[in-house]
Amino acid sequence: MAAQDVLPSRKGSSGFSALNDQRVRGVIFQVLLIVAIVSFAWWIIHNTAANLRAQGIGFGFGILRDSAGFQINQTLIDYQETSSYVRVYFVGLLNTLLVSFIGVILATIIGFIVGISRLSKNWVVAKAAYVYIEVLRNIPLLLQIFIWYFAVLRLLPAKRDAIDLGPFGLLNIAGWYAPNPVLGRGFALVAAAFIIGIVATFVLRAWARRRQMATGQIFPLFRVALALIIGLPLVAYFVAGFAFANPPFSLEYPTPGNFGPRGGLRVFPEFIGLLMALSFYTASFIAEIVRAGILAVPNGQTEASYSLGLRPGHTLRLVVIPQAMRVIIPPLTSQYLNLTKNSSLAVAIAYPDLVSVFAGTALNQTGRAVEFILITMATYLTISLVTSLFMNWYNRSVALVER
Amino acid sequence: MKKSIVPLVAGAALAVSAVSASAATLDDVKAKGSVQCGVSQGLPGFSNPDSQGNWTGLDVDTCKAIAAAIFGNADAAKFTPLSAKERFTALQSGEVDVLTRNTTWTMSRDTDLGLNFTGVNYYDGQGFMVPKDLGVSSALELSGASVCTNTGTTTELNVADYFRSHDMDYEVVAFEKADEVVAAYDAGRCDVYTTDQSGLYAQKLKLTNPDDHVILPEIISKEPLGPAVRQGDDQWFNVVKWTLFALINAEELGVTQDNVDEMKNSDNPSIKRLLGTEGSFGESIGLDKEWAVNAIKAVGNYGEMFNRNVGPDTELGIDRGLNKLWSDGGLQYAPPVR
Repeated sequence: MAAQDVLPSRKGSSGFSALNDQRVRGVIFQVLLIVAIVSFAWWIIHNTAANLRAQGIGFGFGILRDSAGFQINQTLIDYQETSSYVRVYFVGLLNTLLVSFIGVILATIIGFIVGISRLSKNWVVAKAAYVYIEVLRNIPLLLQIFIWYFAVLRLLPAKRDAIDLGPFGLLNIAGWYAPNPVLGRGFALVAAAFIIGIVATFVLRAWARRRQMATGQIFPLFRVALALIIGLPLVAYFVAGFAFANPPFSLEYPTPGNFGPRGGLRVFPEFIGLLMALSFYTASFIAEIVRAGILAVPNGQTEASYSLGLRPGHTLRLVVIPQAMRVIIPPLTSQYLNLTKNSSLAVAIAYPDLVSVFAGTALNQTGRAVEFILITMATYLTISLVTSLFMNWYNRSVALVER
Repeated sequence: MKKSIVPLVAGAALAVSAVSASAATLDDVKAKGSVQCGVSQGLPGFSNPDSQGNWTGLDVDTCKAIAAAIFGNADAAKFTPLSAKERFTALQSGEVDVLTRNTTWTMSRDTDLGLNFTGVNYYDGQGFMVPKDLGVSSALELSGASVCTNTGTTTELNVADYFRSHDMDYEVVAFEKADEVVAAYDAGRCDVYTTDQSGLYAQKLKLTNPDDHVILPEIISKEPLGPAVRQGDDQWFNVVKWTLFALINAEELGVTQDNVDEMKNSDNPSIKRLLGTEGSFGESIGLDKEWAVNAIKAVGNYGEMFNRNVGPDTELGIDRGLNKLWSDGGLQYAPPVR
């Protein structure tokens, strides 16, 4: 296919039959290939359907509307036993997205810290990072998940005991019972103040940058932004609390019950175990990618930066990292995709992700393997493609612009 | 039947289509010289491998009886350990010939999954196990508890029905493999472990301190466990069904592993028909005259099989209860051989 673009095409000149024409032949081969692929796909679908029929196994997506009948412990949206399998799908999908999203962020932070530490001039720091990478990336992920879930979290007190974290709630083997935020009447005001604070910060940053370009004066952006983003909502909080005579925002703490603490915002140990394992494991790969990216920036850049009088921190942040990003982003995308797909190991420790509740429990209760697996595959494909699209967009925005 | 090789459309689970589920499973079995049985990944008393890798248990013996009925040799039984999730796909796809894996007979499995249950080799019911120091004596006191169980089982649905109908709060923690359920329960992640009662007795043995745990009296469901085969192969269905019936009839007629040879000389026409000295019942299901004799020689009658694997004298110590013969007030009843 590419051949016809590269090779000069000879228009069907006299003396040659059309079959000798590069372009005609190209078209013929493409048509043949498409026919082959389509008939192969048709054959597979037809054959599967025939086999299912022959074995007396039902097929159809109507079953998705049936009620599920089982419970799921961690649900981000309302879910009951009487909900449909469609609902099960969304519960599972959101749980997958939640652990992947937080996992990606944590893995990136840890990965950058470790990757940069690996290049540290401090011998202890560099060796510690080295050991971290070599140990974590060479132990299978499933084992790490088991270690976190069955070994580390088991050190926590029993269900009817708990470590009191004070303002942060209670912690025991059944998870973290965090204080649950309860919104009061004036909460909209606080939220509005928070958004205004963020918008104002962005406007201020644009202005500060322009001024710095023009005059060279540095504006203390960080401190002002802090005041805007935290101070403004705080003021709104007190104003609203005074106006409505009850606090716009309060925390509900867990209380002791028969079978351990009750109430509060429950963070399940399955989630914590999976998140930790995924983040630390993926971080070890990201660390190596970061190190490779930094080493790919010519040493001359650092030397030039030093000779201009920039301090090491600034050199790293303003000169080295932006250039390293171009090398880092593409492999980083792969790691993000890996993390998302690896989250399907959740089923081993009872975290209710998409594979566990939809392609697992729901599939088993209905026995409709074909439909459920098809939907699950399509879902992971979509998640991965969307992640790739986003990262490609980001990659273009940091890529070297050639003039 | 359609072409046997159907490429995977939907990954592993769609081994479904890699079926050679030819109508004549018995011919296939005879040709390869062994019966492939789907069993659990380790449930003491039902199907459990020992340290040498030899499988024992009630379900394993059921499989051995089938192998003996066909080949006259119980060693022709081969075992494939399957998780609760994998089991039906493995049977549908022809990976195993028969599923003898403590599987509950339900309507949807019998109809929509393309399976046929051939009988019941153990009448079970779902129960609860709790640590003694919880001070709970009835399942009705479990409101607010967290419950560990297996995914992909009827258990998960029953527990939801039970707690809902009694208007009790609960939290379910569902693992794929039984070993992880046990580990999580043992670690104190859950207050309650629920599965079929026979399973509770079996898994209790795996806990660090089995004596610190108690099985609650409530039984919340009907769980008739039995072998299953693929739909659409009546000959194979008959072989599996009548092998089990032969073992139950043998107990009723007093035929045991030890006396089966003498019993051939019995004057009782029922025994004669069962043991093939009269009539040609073996031939009518595609086997030889000695089919029932070989099955009984291999594993004994149903009662012997029960007592050896799960009965009161074993570690599990389960009472015959519902699994007594109908003549003793239980539910085990086999149609006559005639």
